[in-house]
Amino acid sequence: MSDGTGTTWTCYDAATMSAREIYGRVLAEMGKTDTRIVGLSADLAKSTAIAFFEKGHPDRFFNMGIAEQNMMGVAAGMAKMGLIPFASTFAVFAAMRAAEQVRTDICYQKLPVKIIATHSGISFGAAGTTHHCTEDIAIMRSFANMTVIVPADGTETANAVRACVDIPGPVYMRIGRGFEPPFYENENYGFKIGKAHTVREGSDLAIITCGIGVLQSVEAARTLEEADGLSVRVINMHTIKPIDRDAIMKALTETRRVITVEEHNMLGGLGSAVADVIAESGKGCAFRKIGLPDTYSEVGYPEDLYAHYKLDSNGIVDTIRQVMKIEFEEDEDWEDEV
Amino acid sequence: MALTAEERQKLYAQAKQLRQDIVDMTSWAGGAHIGGGLSVIDILTILYFKYLNINPKDPCWEDRDRLVLSKGHAAVAYAPVLARRGFFDTEELKTFNKFKSPFGMHPDSCKVCGCDASTGSLGHGLSMAVGMALGARVLGKNVKVYCVLGDGECNEGTVWEALMAAAQFKLTNLITVIDRNGLMIDGPTEKVMGVEPLADKLKAFGMDVVTVDGHNMDSLAEGIEKALAAQDKPVAVLASTVKGKGVDFMENQVPWHYGSVDAALKEKAHASIEKMYEALLRGVGV
Repeated sequence: MSDGTGTTWTCYDAATMSAREIYGRVLAEMGKTDTRIVGLSADLAKSTAIAFFEKGHPDRFFNMGIAEQNMMGVAAGMAKMGLIPFASTFAVFAAMRAAEQVRTDICYQKLPVKIIATHSGISFGAAGTTHHCTEDIAIMRSFANMTVIVPADGTETANAVRACVDIPGPVYMRIGRGFEPPFYENENYGFKIGKAHTVREGSDLAIITCGIGVLQSVEAARTLEEADGLSVRVINMHTIKPIDRDAIMKALTETRRVITVEEHNMLGGLGSAVADVIAESGKGCAFRKIGLPDTYSEVGYPEDLYAHYKLDSNGIVDTIRQVMKIEFEEDEDWEDEV
Repeated sequence: MALTAEERQKLYAQAKQLRQDIVDMTSWAGGAHIGGGLSVIDILTILYFKYLNINPKDPCWEDRDRLVLSKGHAAVAYAPVLARRGFFDTEELKTFNKFKSPFGMHPDSCKVCGCDASTGSLGHGLSMAVGMALGARVLGKNVKVYCVLGDGECNEGTVWEALMAAAQFKLTNLITVIDRNGLMIDGPTEKVMGVEPLADKLKAFGMDVVTVDGHNMDSLAEGIEKALAAQDKPVAVLASTVKGKGVDFMENQVPWHYGSVDAALKEKAHASIEKMYEALLRGVGV
């Protein structure tokens, strides 16, 4: 786990390796034994770090130029031949510019293309709204057959990249720009696609989060424990689809107060996915979402943006204090509810 | 001449049968993209009945040649081609466009045996074909990938992205055939959104181009053989065709992009096809 020493998004030497660099290195390593793996990029091989795969396996890497739609179609064609293409570009281009190719060429045909989208959310802060992507989870989880993964950090990215090869269908993996602080210290915490990881137990409230929200939520939980005496559970919902319903229901039943934290528009993302599960359960609870409030993001350093949108630990603490004030009828016996 | 007299006769007879099938399918379905189906049918006939290295008894054979019908609107022509080639019974075609049929207005590779790609959203097919051709190269397979495009479809930017990639990677195992029938839903291509000079554009994007008569089997064969013999650059076969070809009252008629035929029109269409082939077969001496 993180030592909780604070934000380092723009400190280039803070993390030993960025999530995308880990992705590139892991993929290059996997390519040595699995010759089905091919790499694709759209003139962002270095930026997305798939260049590590290119260096190791130049005969199985293809730079498609600045043509993301074609890249996704080509990846579909390669997958139809029996290969496992990893296609990388920025999230905004993968999820929106090439959305129809991803949906029709890849998802509809149930092809094992792995889309590793970097610079997601508002992690490319200073690049501005054109290069931010706060819609991709909503888009990708609406595509049937698609698995959607949002790793918490580089270590989890490594686990997810290794695991996604065994999924017979398409995968969309959303990783940040790469300067996010690490959360996990090592890979052996039992990562499994579709199974949430409870990183901190707690009984007063549960935070269900993903991506950069995991570290911030744990820091918020620590603060609330020390300052308010609250016991806050933190669930890393790294797989948004298929979502771990059991983890949500367990948290709901045991805490009856749930918030979600995500670097995404509050509409259609993790919060909406969790809300679906809660609503379908028929069980009542106090529920809030933290994310971008259906707006286009501002320009700035990521840490400033995260603070602005209350995605940092201070913002999460504030929201939780509000949620703890909500009073509702507690009922010992939930079995009679529908 | 690339064809023997026997091949030529067989191909024309097959195309004639398929034209009748297209009319029947349109009648069963109550409507179909009949104009584009009739323009592309000779291209599909010669590819499926002469050139494609496939085995309908082993439809998923890994080393088979692939065909991507990028102009997926021509499913009304594609389904009977696959049936007549032996992938499934022609009786199944009667379900075309019906509830839960594998055959809809656009081809579905998850549902139709022998169909290599789900298409119909225009401008997607050539990218997938480029991926297949590159994939074959990575896997060291001697597989040819054929992609059949519509001319109106060439309005889509992705077609040009894919052409750029085909040239960049020198995909000589990719054979692109363009069905240049000159009409789109809203009117003539050059009036709606011009694609000319198409051959020059293709050349500028790094392709070699061979222009053929898309309804003449010998001309088509020559073009395809040139494409198959490509050394450095991939070859695009630009096939001049007539929308609605074979059914005189549909030929070059914009409203017959999509249409239905009642019993009377069906008979008229069949008669027109008979008449065309009588003349054609006399002309080619088969």
